[in-house]
Amino acid sequence: MTTTENASTPAPEIGRDRRRKEDRRLITGRTRWTDNQALTGLLHIAIVRSPFAHATIKGIDTSTAKQVPGVVAVYTAADIGADQVQLPCAWPITKDMKAPQRPALAGSRVNFAGEGVAVVVARSAAIAKDAAEQVEVDYEELEPVLDMEEAIKDGATLVHPEIGTNENAQWVFDSGEAGSGGSVAEALQKAESADDQIVVRRRFRQQRLVPVFMEPRSTVVDPNAEQLTMWSSTQVPHILKTMLALTLGLPEHKIRVIAPDVGGGFGGKIAVAPEEVVTLLVAQKTGKPVKWTETRSESLLTAHHGRDQIQDLTMSVTKDGQITGLDVKLLADMGAYLGLVGPGVPILGAFMFNAIYKIPAYRFDCTNVFTTKTLTDAYRGAGRPEATFGIERMMDEVALELGMEPMEFRQKNWIKHEEFPYTTVSTLTYDTGNYEAATEQALQMFDYDGLRREQQERRQRGDVKQLGIGISTFTEMCGLAPSRVLGSLDYGAGGWETASIRMQPTGKAEVVVGVSPHGQGHETAFSQIVADQLGVPFEDVEILHGDTQSSYKGLDTYGSRSLAVGGIAVVKAAEKVIEKAKPIAAHMLEASEGDLEFSGGKFTVKGTDKGVGIQDIALAVFAAHDYPEGIEPDIDAHATFDPENFSFPHGTHLCAVEVDTETGFVQLYKYVCVDDVGNVINPLIVEGQVHGGLAQGIAQALFEEAAYDDQGTLLSGTLVDYTLPTAADLISFDTANTTTASTTNPLGVKGVGEAGTIASTPAVVNSVLDAIRHLGVSDIDMPTTPYRVWTAIQSASGHAGRADEADVASPGAGLGSTASDISKGDTQGGHL
Amino acid sequence: MARIRTTVDGLVYEDDVEPRMLLVQYLRERLGKTGTVIGCDTSNCGACTVHLDGMSVKSCSVLAVQANGAEVLTIEGLERDGQLHPMQQAFHDNHALQCGYCTPGMIMQSIDLLGENPDPSEHEIREGIEGNLCRCTGYQNIVRAVQDAASKMKPGAAPTAEAGAKQTVAGGGA
Repeated sequence: MTTTENASTPAPEIGRDRRRKEDRRLITGRTRWTDNQALTGLLHIAIVRSPFAHATIKGIDTSTAKQVPGVVAVYTAADIGADQVQLPCAWPITKDMKAPQRPALAGSRVNFAGEGVAVVVARSAAIAKDAAEQVEVDYEELEPVLDMEEAIKDGATLVHPEIGTNENAQWVFDSGEAGSGGSVAEALQKAESADDQIVVRRRFRQQRLVPVFMEPRSTVVDPNAEQLTMWSSTQVPHILKTMLALTLGLPEHKIRVIAPDVGGGFGGKIAVAPEEVVTLLVAQKTGKPVKWTETRSESLLTAHHGRDQIQDLTMSVTKDGQITGLDVKLLADMGAYLGLVGPGVPILGAFMFNAIYKIPAYRFDCTNVFTTKTLTDAYRGAGRPEATFGIERMMDEVALELGMEPMEFRQKNWIKHEEFPYTTVSTLTYDTGNYEAATEQALQMFDYDGLRREQQERRQRGDVKQLGIGISTFTEMCGLAPSRVLGSLDYGAGGWETASIRMQPTGKAEVVVGVSPHGQGHETAFSQIVADQLGVPFEDVEILHGDTQSSYKGLDTYGSRSLAVGGIAVVKAAEKVIEKAKPIAAHMLEASEGDLEFSGGKFTVKGTDKGVGIQDIALAVFAAHDYPEGIEPDIDAHATFDPENFSFPHGTHLCAVEVDTETGFVQLYKYVCVDDVGNVINPLIVEGQVHGGLAQGIAQALFEEAAYDDQGTLLSGTLVDYTLPTAADLISFDTANTTTASTTNPLGVKGVGEAGTIASTPAVVNSVLDAIRHLGVSDIDMPTTPYRVWTAIQSASGHAGRADEADVASPGAGLGSTASDISKGDTQGGHL
Repeated sequence: MARIRTTVDGLVYEDDVEPRMLLVQYLRERLGKTGTVIGCDTSNCGACTVHLDGMSVKSCSVLAVQANGAEVLTIEGLERDGQLHPMQQAFHDNHALQCGYCTPGMIMQSIDLLGENPDPSEHEIREGIEGNLCRCTGYQNIVRAVQDAASKMKPGAAPTAEAGAKQTVAGGGA
C-alpha cells in the first residue's frame, strides 16, 4: 500500500522552479494596465503644478484654458473641494506628532515644486495637457526649506507656519529604559575613559531616491454604476478603498477599487495619492468616467520619494573587537507632507540598526523633519536599507580603527547559530538563522582570499584600476506584521492577511487573496502552495486578487509580507477546506471520520484502498443530493492569518569593484550573495527577486539621487537625469541560498522581496572605499559617481590621485592591506 | 490632419492623424494596440519599442505620419498560429520578466539585436539592450533569455524565427 500511495502521490509543487502562470499575457501584450482602460465617454485630466517649492497662491486665471476646444472644465482646488481634503497618514508615530493638512490640490499655498493647484478636464489627454499650460497662476514666492539641520534651528522658515515647527516628531528607543539592554550613555562614557576601548563616530548620508516603477501611475474612475469604481495602479487597493471612504466621507460599500496589472511598485505605489482623489472628485463633479495618467517627469517630481536621512552613529568597542554600545541619531526628511506611512519608515530602522550583532547597549533617536520637497514614504526596504547601510558601513569603519579584518570583526559580534532564538537589544526575537553558514558559502563562492591577493598585487603594481572588496552581513524584518506589534507602534491598522478558497463543481480551485502582486509572481507561488495543500494539479488553481469586489478583505502588498503572511492565510484556508470536506468524505465512503486520512488530494480509509478525491467531493457538494445531516453542502473556506512574529531573512553579500583612479569610474567586478530566506516555494522567483533587489541597492550606491537645487527645484526630474542602471551598467550576480526554516509559520518561509536592496548598498560602498582608502580617501557620499570618486581621490591629502604614489604600508592604509585568511578561521590575522 | 496608410501587425490601416501624434499614441489610442506601452517622456526607457520596417524604434520618438507607407510590428503581432516567438518563449522560460511593463519593448529590442548579431556575447547583449530600462529583474535573466533565444534562433534551429514571421505578415496574416 505504501508503495502504491507513493506512486500515485504527485511530486511536491513547493520547491519546484515552475515557470510563471502570469507570463503569457505579459509577453504577448494582452495586458490590463490601468491606462489601457478605455470607457465610453471617458474624459482625461491634466494637473496644473507649481514650479515653485514654496509659494502663496495669489490667484488663478482659468479663462484662457477654458476656451481651448475640447476642454470640458478647469477646476481650482476650491471648485471641487480638493483643498479641504485631508489625505491620510496611517502611522502617527507619537501621540504629539505634528501633521499638517495635506490637500488633494493646494488652495492657498504650495509646499513643494510639483504640487497640484488646478485640474483641466478634456476630451483627450493631449488637449488637457495643452490647456493646462494656459492656466495662469499668480504665485508669491516664499523661502524654500531644504536643509534638515537648518530647518530645525530656531528661527528657521517654517514649511507649515500653522503647526509652529518643522519637526514632525521625535521617536526614541533606549535599551536601558526598555530593559532590553544597558544604557548607551553609560556605555559610551565608560568607553571614553577606558584604556581597552575606543569610541568611533561617523556621519553617513542616505541620499533621496525615487522608486521609479516602470509603469507610470494611472487612475480611472467610473462614477456611473451603483458603485463608484476606481481602477488604479496601486499596491494597496484595500487600504485605498477604506481610506477613500474615511477621507471623503463616502460609504465604503459604494466604492470598488481594482488594481489590474500593476507595473512595479517597490513601495512607490503604497499611497492614497492626491491624484487618485482628484480623479474621483472630477468624476463625481462631471458625472463622467475620468482618467489620469502621469508622465514620467510628473512621476519623478510628485510620486513619493524614499530614504533621505542624515545618520550620526557612535559605536564603542573593546580593542579586541567586542561592541559595547551603539548610539544612533537620525534626521529623516519627510518632505512637505506626511505620506500614508511616511513617518513610520525611519522608525522601522530602529529595530534593524543592531542588525545581526549582539549589542549590549543601544539607543535610537530619530527626528522627522519637514522640508519643501516631495514627500518621502516607503521605498523597497523602507527603513531597513537605511539602517543596514548605517551599521554595515560602521562595522567597516570600526574594523579599520581596530586594525581588524572587517569580516573577523563581524564574526566576533554576530549571533551564533546555536544562540537562536535570540532576543535582540531592540526587543525582536529572531527565530532562526545561521550567519556562519551563509558567510562560509559566500566567501568560498567569492574566492575572498584570491581577490584579496589580487587586490594586494594591484596595490603593489600601482595599477590605475584598483580593486576593492566590500562586505555586508545583514538581516531584515519581514512579513509585516503582527497586528499587536503594529498596535504598539501606533500604526493605524493590523497586519493580518486573508485568503478564501472556492471549490468549483469541476474540482478547480479559485483562491481569493488579499495581497496583490505587481511583478512578484503570486499567481504561480500561491498555486504551488494550494496544489500541495489540496493535492490538486497546479493548473487547476486560479488566484484572484486586486479587485475589492472579489477580494473583499486584505491589507495588500509591501514589507515582504505576501508569502510570509498572505501565503500562510492560503495554507489556513486550504486546511479549512479539508476540514469541511472530511465529514462529507466519511459519508461518501461510509466510514467514520476518525478512520480517514488525507494525502495527495484524497481521503482514504486507513488500511483499505477505499478513497475519494477532494475534487470529487467538490462535485458531490455541488450536486448536494446526498450529504450528511446537520452540515452545509459546501467545502469553501475563508481564513485570516495574523502572524505572531516577523520573519528574519539574512545573508552575506560580497562585492568587488574596480575603481579607475584616473577617472573615478567604478566598475562592478564580482558580486556574490548567499541569502537565507527560509524555505523556498519557487527558486526561480526567489532568484529573480534577489537579482532585481541587488540592482536597486547597487543603484543607490553608484547611480541614483533625487537632487534639488537651492530653490527647491528637482534637478533629476527626467530619466535623463535620474539615472537608472541599464543592462550595461550591471554584471551577472552569483546568488545562492542557505536555508534555516522559519519557525514562526507553517511553511517555514521568511520573505525575499527586499533582501537584495537592503543588503547590497553598503557592500558596494564598502568596496569602493576599500579600493581607494590607501589613497587617503575616508568617505564618499552616495551615489559614488565617477566625479565624486575622482574628486575624493584628488582632494585626499598628500596625493594627486596616482595609485603608484600611495602609501600602502602605513597604519589605517585600508582594509585591503589587512587581508587575512579568514575563511580558514584564522581569527588572529588581520593586523598590520 | 494628415492621412496615413500603415500596416500594423499584418493589417492595413488608413487614418487621419494630427501631425504631432506620436506613433505610440497612434498604436494605443487609435488602434487599441495597448500591448505597446509608454514608460517615459524622454525616450530613455524603451518600453514603447516596436519594429518599423524591420528595425527597432522607440515609438515615442517616431511620429505617426513617419509610419506612413511603413510596416509596423508590435509585441501583439509576434505570435504565429498560437505559437510564441522564440524570444517570447525564452523570456518565459528564463523568468526574464516580473511586472512585465518593460517586457514588450525589451522583447522587440532583443529580436532586433539578434537580427544584427545572431550570436552575441553577454557584453554585446548588455550593450544591445542598454536603451531599454527594466526595474525588476536586474537584467540578468533577460540576458539569459536572449542567449537562450539566440541558440534556438540560429539558422536551422527553429522554424519560427522572425524572418519567417515577417513573410507571414506580408501575406496578410494578423
